[in-house]
Amino acid sequence: MTTNTVDLVDYDEVLEKFDPVMGLEVHVELHTNTKMFCGCPTTFGGEPNTQVCPTCLGLPGALPVVNKIGVESAIRIGLALNCEIAEWCRFARKNYFYPDQPKNFQTSQYDEPIAFNGYLDVELDDGEIFRVEIERAHMEEDTGKSLHVGGADGRIHGADYSLLDYNRAGVPLIEIVTKTIEGTGERAPEVARAYVTALRDLLRALDVSDVRMDQGSMRCDVNLSLMPKGATVFGTRSETKNVNSLRSVERAVRYEMSRHAGVLLSGGSVVQETRHFDESDGSTRSGRLKETSEDYRYFPEPDLVPVAPSREWVEELRGTLPELPWQMRNRVQKEWNLSDAELRDLVNAGALDLIAATVKAGAPSGEARSWWVAYLTQQANTQGVDLADLAITPAQVARVIALVAAGDLTNKLARQVVDGVLAGEGEPDAVVESRGLKVVSDDGALLAAIDEALAAQPDVADKIRDGKVAAAGAIVGAVMKTTKGQADAKRVRELIIQRCS
Amino acid sequence: MSIIRQTAADLAAKIHSGELSSVEVTQAHLDRIAEVDSSVHAFLHVNAEGALKAAKAVDDDIAAGKAPASPLAGVPLALKDVFTTKDMPTTCGSKMLEGWRPPYDATLTRKLREAGIVILGKTNMDEFAMGSSTENSAYGPTRNPWDLDRIPGGSGGGSSAALAAFEAPLSIGTDTGGSIRQPGAVTGTVGVKPTYGGVSRYGLVAFSSSLDQGGPCARTVLDAALLHEIIGGHDPLDSTSIDAPVPAVVEAARLGAQGDLTGVRVGVVREFSGDGYAGGVERAFQAAVSQLKALGAEVIEVSCPNFVYALPAYYLIAPSECSSNLARFDAMRYGLRVADDGAHSAEEVMSLTREAGFGAEVKRRIMLGTYALSAGYYDAYYGSAQKVRTLITQDFTKAFEQVDVLVSPTTPTTAFKIGERADDPMAMYLADLCTIPSNLAGNAGMSVPCGLSDEDGLPVGLQIMAPAMADDRMYRVAAAYEAAAGGVIERAPQL
Repeated sequence: MTTNTVDLVDYDEVLEKFDPVMGLEVHVELHTNTKMFCGCPTTFGGEPNTQVCPTCLGLPGALPVVNKIGVESAIRIGLALNCEIAEWCRFARKNYFYPDQPKNFQTSQYDEPIAFNGYLDVELDDGEIFRVEIERAHMEEDTGKSLHVGGADGRIHGADYSLLDYNRAGVPLIEIVTKTIEGTGERAPEVARAYVTALRDLLRALDVSDVRMDQGSMRCDVNLSLMPKGATVFGTRSETKNVNSLRSVERAVRYEMSRHAGVLLSGGSVVQETRHFDESDGSTRSGRLKETSEDYRYFPEPDLVPVAPSREWVEELRGTLPELPWQMRNRVQKEWNLSDAELRDLVNAGALDLIAATVKAGAPSGEARSWWVAYLTQQANTQGVDLADLAITPAQVARVIALVAAGDLTNKLARQVVDGVLAGEGEPDAVVESRGLKVVSDDGALLAAIDEALAAQPDVADKIRDGKVAAAGAIVGAVMKTTKGQADAKRVRELIIQRCS
Repeated sequence: MSIIRQTAADLAAKIHSGELSSVEVTQAHLDRIAEVDSSVHAFLHVNAEGALKAAKAVDDDIAAGKAPASPLAGVPLALKDVFTTKDMPTTCGSKMLEGWRPPYDATLTRKLREAGIVILGKTNMDEFAMGSSTENSAYGPTRNPWDLDRIPGGSGGGSSAALAAFEAPLSIGTDTGGSIRQPGAVTGTVGVKPTYGGVSRYGLVAFSSSLDQGGPCARTVLDAALLHEIIGGHDPLDSTSIDAPVPAVVEAARLGAQGDLTGVRVGVVREFSGDGYAGGVERAFQAAVSQLKALGAEVIEVSCPNFVYALPAYYLIAPSECSSNLARFDAMRYGLRVADDGAHSAEEVMSLTREAGFGAEVKRRIMLGTYALSAGYYDAYYGSAQKVRTLITQDFTKAFEQVDVLVSPTTPTTAFKIGERADDPMAMYLADLCTIPSNLAGNAGMSVPCGLSDEDGLPVGLQIMAPAMADDRMYRVAAAYEAAAGGVIERAPQL
């Protein structure tokens, strides 16, 4: 084990002396209904070991069968990443022992990935486009989860005992691996973040995954090394595992750059190892040593037949690709009349795709924008999560907007409905129902409240009767108070004026 | 004739006509097991209660006038302990799985049950099907009913010995390198390795996934064919199972039994004779070839030059796959767990359990395979072996351009003595010299009794090999030969 007592080097100094080289590996859980090689459900959060069968538990004798939707998703991802799609490829076994790995091998792909040689154009904060080359995208299965109980740090070493949950074992994963990313200079952390963001948006547009980094349905491993300015040989890399938010990706790159530089400038050499990212302080700490590269003894999976997607099928799938994020950006910029700066603000806030999806779900673009950039951004900031990770979907936002448009909710009530959805109380309509948030649209009830308010404030009533319509505000306020805000203020005002004319 | 000495086809006919009940037939076999299995040790587990219950269900159906669920409904069978069974333990002959009760039935088990076949129990085998003598069973060896001091072949020695000792008229084996055919040969019974993918592997505890194949064992060719059609066919749960109708093996066996092989071209594999082949085996084989000629077959010699590399290629591929397949036995989810005393880490528990649970031959193969797949050795070992596999497949393809079936002795010698080769793995491995090529190519192969050796009076096996999904060809030839030469089982000593 190495220690964390290394001196971190100031970022500017790192860049004076070194060039960063990155490689990013992203694991994406597909949201297919069933697992990659059996019929078990893939839903998140079930009671431990309730979504298992002989195959995903690795029971003796059980065999895998490939999930066709999994293959289809992999091909669509490959196509969207401008990859070539293999005419013939196989699964392979990656052999290593670990208790949460039911067969002690992972069914994966090795030297025959389904998709390879692609790229993703990534937009940086200032609008510059950076092309990230994609090495490969391949299919594999997820492992189960270990919960290490007792011990100092929740890791297997030193734990009193461990619990195993195999619900996740066999959930389809796509691993997307970049080629070496060079030439970013000081923008390495930003490029890393922008790439993962772009990939997340792309996968969301493809509707192949929930891409929830907080729930682990999208996970990023950051490989980083430094080489002295002008050098041509790469330095030794570290691999920081499971970096679980966009912000963390950026911080992990930045931290590792400073740490590597500290090691190198003090005359040491970087150890090739796996590191863990610590969300609390943005540092990384040493995990497994990788003195020799691990020998996974890959060989072709004999229990499965090769995957040979016909060219017709691939073209058919190409035809199903939805509008991809950059295509969508160009379109909405025109349709919504956005300046470059406005568009970039929406993109940077992580709001653009959400707004577009809300519009797609039937909401007018103005309302959709206003909800996401104002109230929901506020809520995300309060919760300290990315906008996309809020527990509300674009469809739900669109429904709230529709309820407002129909006069069933006021904007104020609508915010309470959104609060309810965010608090996990269900769909908007259910929240309206359970919290009793419907607008009082019964004119009779409103008129009664109005009459009561007019009687209580006769001087105001007289002013209105004299044509001083602005005075109606006080009565509106009083009515809103008696209806606990559940009245449509506009309608109340109309009724007051009718009453006083 | 006593119940236990009858063929499965005859028993089925009598059960279906009401002349015998399945319960009677089942009870007769259970009695026989009680009588002789203490000396033969073919069974690891006998499920008398379950068997009688299944038999009763068949009898009830027949009494109610229902058509039999299959041509073998009501007939008892012995199942190799490598197929999962919900109602019986599945141990694979290993301490690792002692007492393990699977929560699911193998597809083959399910098909047997649906066909009304009565499963008497689970038969002994070399641990995880690794061996050629059944001496590698963690539960003690099975003995050959022809001579209790000799091995019954392996890995499926229990399934073949059960037939030869008249403890069951039918049994199931699995053949990875000869584990159905070689036991069939040395016990004077019929053993069939269907085309790879012809019988589902779902629920067959894997030794070597690309080679393992379940198949029927019986005392006659027709009985094997009837069982073959019941267990064969596509299974959506096994990706490597072939999506095509089962070859018409029963029809072929009936045709063959008429005794005419005119127009059938039989190739004798030149490479499978000479050094290492017992004289008694070679003479019995030559007599069989003459018999085939007399039945009208055209016999020619063919050369399959790469067959000599089959054994080394097999001992790289099979251990490689086994090293990965057996990795799951880690004490975490099922089976043996030792040293779980709070003082040992998970890694140590895994390691100590594997040390305690696996026998020497299994460990030898896991180590061989782990080595062969290691970085830097993969190309030289596993990679080269795969190339040899392709060459062997090409040898078969060329041969089958000239002939319809190939023949050879099933195994170079008759049954050897228990303990004789236990310390000499290479000598043990030679028992599968002639059977391995069919596994590597994924073709069909079977062993049919071929008289007794004039040296030791023990059974010799005639191996008949056919192209993939042409299993019917070998049944035709086997049935014709059987009809002409007669079986040998009646000459087995009384136990």
